Amino acid sequence: MKTEEILSKYKNTGRDNLIPVLQEIQENEGWLSEKIISDVGKCLNIPAGKVYGVATFYNQFRFQPKGKYHIQICRGTACHVLGSSSVLQELEKSLKIKADETSRDGLFSIEVVACIGACGLAPVICINGEFHAKVTVDSLKKIISDLKTQNLN
Amino acid sequence: MSDTKNYKDFLIKNILNSDLDTNNQDISDIVSKINREKIEKPSIFIGTGTCGLGAGADKTLEAVKNYIRNKNIDADIIETGCIGLCSSEPLMDVQIPGFNRISFENVTENKVEFILNEIFNLDIPKTEILGQFSSKNNKNWENIADIFEHSFFKAQKRIVLKNCGIVNPTSIEEYIASGGYKSYLKVIKSKSSSEMCDLIEESGLRGRGGGGFLSGKKWKFALNTPCSQKYLICNADEGDPGAFMDRAVIEGDPHRLIEGMAIAAYSIGATKSYVYIRAEYPLAIKRLKIAIQQAENYGLIGKNIFDSSVDFEIKVKMGAGAFVCGEETALIHSIEGERGMPRPRPPFPALSGLFGKPTIINNVETLANVPTIIEKGSDWYKSIGTENSKGTKVFALSGKVKLTGLVEIPMGTTVRQIIFDIAGGIPNNKKFKSVQIGGPSGGCITEQNLDIKVDYDSLIKVGAMMGSGGLVVMDEDTCMVDVAKFFMDFIQRESCGKCIPCREGTRRMLEILEDITHKPVNGNSHEALRRFKGVTQLEKLARVIKETSLCGLGQTAPNPVLSTLKWFRNEYEEHIYERTCSAGVCTELRTFSIDVDKCTGCTVCAKKCPTNAIIGTKKSPHFIVEDKCISCGTCEEVCKFDAIVIS
Repeated sequence: MKTEEILSKYKNTGRDNLIPVLQEIQENEGWLSEKIISDVGKCLNIPAGKVYGVATFYNQFRFQPKGKYHIQICRGTACHVLGSSSVLQELEKSLKIKADETSRDGLFSIEVVACIGACGLAPVICINGEFHAKVTVDSLKKIISDLKTQNLN
Repeated sequence: MSDTKNYKDFLIKNILNSDLDTNNQDISDIVSKINREKIEKPSIFIGTGTCGLGAGADKTLEAVKNYIRNKNIDADIIETGCIGLCSSEPLMDVQIPGFNRISFENVTENKVEFILNEIFNLDIPKTEILGQFSSKNNKNWENIADIFEHSFFKAQKRIVLKNCGIVNPTSIEEYIASGGYKSYLKVIKSKSSSEMCDLIEESGLRGRGGGGFLSGKKWKFALNTPCSQKYLICNADEGDPGAFMDRAVIEGDPHRLIEGMAIAAYSIGATKSYVYIRAEYPLAIKRLKIAIQQAENYGLIGKNIFDSSVDFEIKVKMGAGAFVCGEETALIHSIEGERGMPRPRPPFPALSGLFGKPTIINNVETLANVPTIIEKGSDWYKSIGTENSKGTKVFALSGKVKLTGLVEIPMGTTVRQIIFDIAGGIPNNKKFKSVQIGGPSGGCITEQNLDIKVDYDSLIKVGAMMGSGGLVVMDEDTCMVDVAKFFMDFIQRESCGKCIPCREGTRRMLEILEDITHKPVNGNSHEALRRFKGVTQLEKLARVIKETSLCGLGQTAPNPVLSTLKWFRNEYEEHIYERTCSAGVCTELRTFSIDVDKCTGCTVCAKKCPTNAIIGTKKSPHFIVEDKCISCGTCEEVCKFDAIVIS
């Protein structure tokens, strides 16, 4: 569904639809641009500042486009105890971006997630919806290099 | 699918609408066919919950489909939820007509062909067997233990998780055929709302989300508040990092939750309800939506349910990732489309909640207990557990234990039993150090307290709390100061910012903890004194945050720090005075030096060092100036001659 269709579907509905609208648009576009924030405000008759306030409050919303490979890294307790901080460090170092950023070539983006809920397989990362369990610094290096070659082919 | 559709009229007529426990042979034959007690063609079950998928269940599923296609076998493939034994995923169960269902562990795609080849020849493979599901109607496999005799399942008592990983979560027929929705219809046809509240109160069911308030009592507040519109909210926003039982219940047995919600809504007089579920659980959302649609199709949700003049509807609302939304009033604000910030109570949501109407918020696990309490009675439920904590509790075991996953144990089981008997203890012959219970609001339980019985009150006595039931086990390689820092960092980021003690206090606590785990560039005795003062201030800060914060998040935020300070003071002291971390986790406290025999003087490390702490001339051994070193480890990574020594 296109963003305009989503907006027209929710046109002039109540405030309680604000988060669902933002979620649907982000699902569709991958992120929320400045224009979308003000469009949503007009659609629901809420000041754009309020929309932005709500959107920035929640961790889910992104204000930068997603990379081609969107990497979610779980930073839950179990993952932490089993070494996810070194995995995150390695990830940031090898991709040369920080958490919640997108690389300049648009290939990778990193998102830190509070908990994916697969604690039994910690540490976990999730790349475009596909889970990788029991990730170590070494296995991460392989995953990243695989993705890079996959992209070249 | 076509045949299951035909069951709709049959199930409504003979099961849902019949008051008697029928002994009719024809009916029970069909029922045992639907709930797969007796099957006509082979069935292969694959656990495709999130944890299963993480371990590669999708590939296993694909391999099974290929196998069936290539060999031209007429078999059912059923995707189930998670039985709870995450460390053995992917799990595959096979049931051959006439025989017991048998469960295999660690079935990666390459093992599928071998296992299926053997079992279709009625031969049992020697490896990967978890156990068989004994049943009256089917033949036993010889020399194979019952799955519930497995050490992981033996001490469990499964009420909430009863169907998880066993039934098909996207089949309402299976749920009804195994007795589901009977409790709900019994309730709306023969019980009044206040009778229901009494019954649940009498059963002693307490909220499983953390607070532990008596559910029946809470329901009564809403029931006794006169209002034309009331709401029920199911809190499935499992924010505690380290807990995943709500996800497993929804992925594995969504109809149990719907039935529990329907009963709860009827008991408080609500006709509308919401499930507030985390967006990070896409599979759970999908399965829940399917289940809701099926229940609507059967007329179990909607208007005038089964001619009882009871209305009930469920809406699914996705959370957007905010830990504070586990707090009732914050959750309500989030559903209303506001920032998820709590407000002072009273008025309690039971009097004035969602859109200003009386609202009851219950956790997934609490609601999932309700159908069984109705089915078996409050006396039965009361007989399980301890004096003030009745029933069972699901714990999510993770961290450094051999078997990770979900366990449901009666209240009163000791922590030692959970970790050492059920989960098999600590792997790699390491020593147990502590277990964190209750997530960022909880505390840790040490060796000396391992024999306490798990219930709401005894956990509070040792400075921990039940929370939502995450159990993260830590061994000697875990640094407790680092754990405290981890939780503080989490809470500090998740603090909504409304009240000052929580917003500023948690930030300050984090800074103190960072101070003691970071290496000062120019350390001197004043620094040590400041760090020491920091720790004494930690306790003071913690007390103020506890006493003055607005909501539960802030009031419990200092718990992990207080608890680690209480039990592991020596580790804090070691970090402060000796500037070492014996677990080796706080990397910045490592000391680096260069082995002069190995160093060739290539100058790579000196060039890469971010603080210019490495000095030396070309082609002669280099040295590290300790005062400048920030222990980043860059030199170790770039050195090609293994000349960097870390201690």
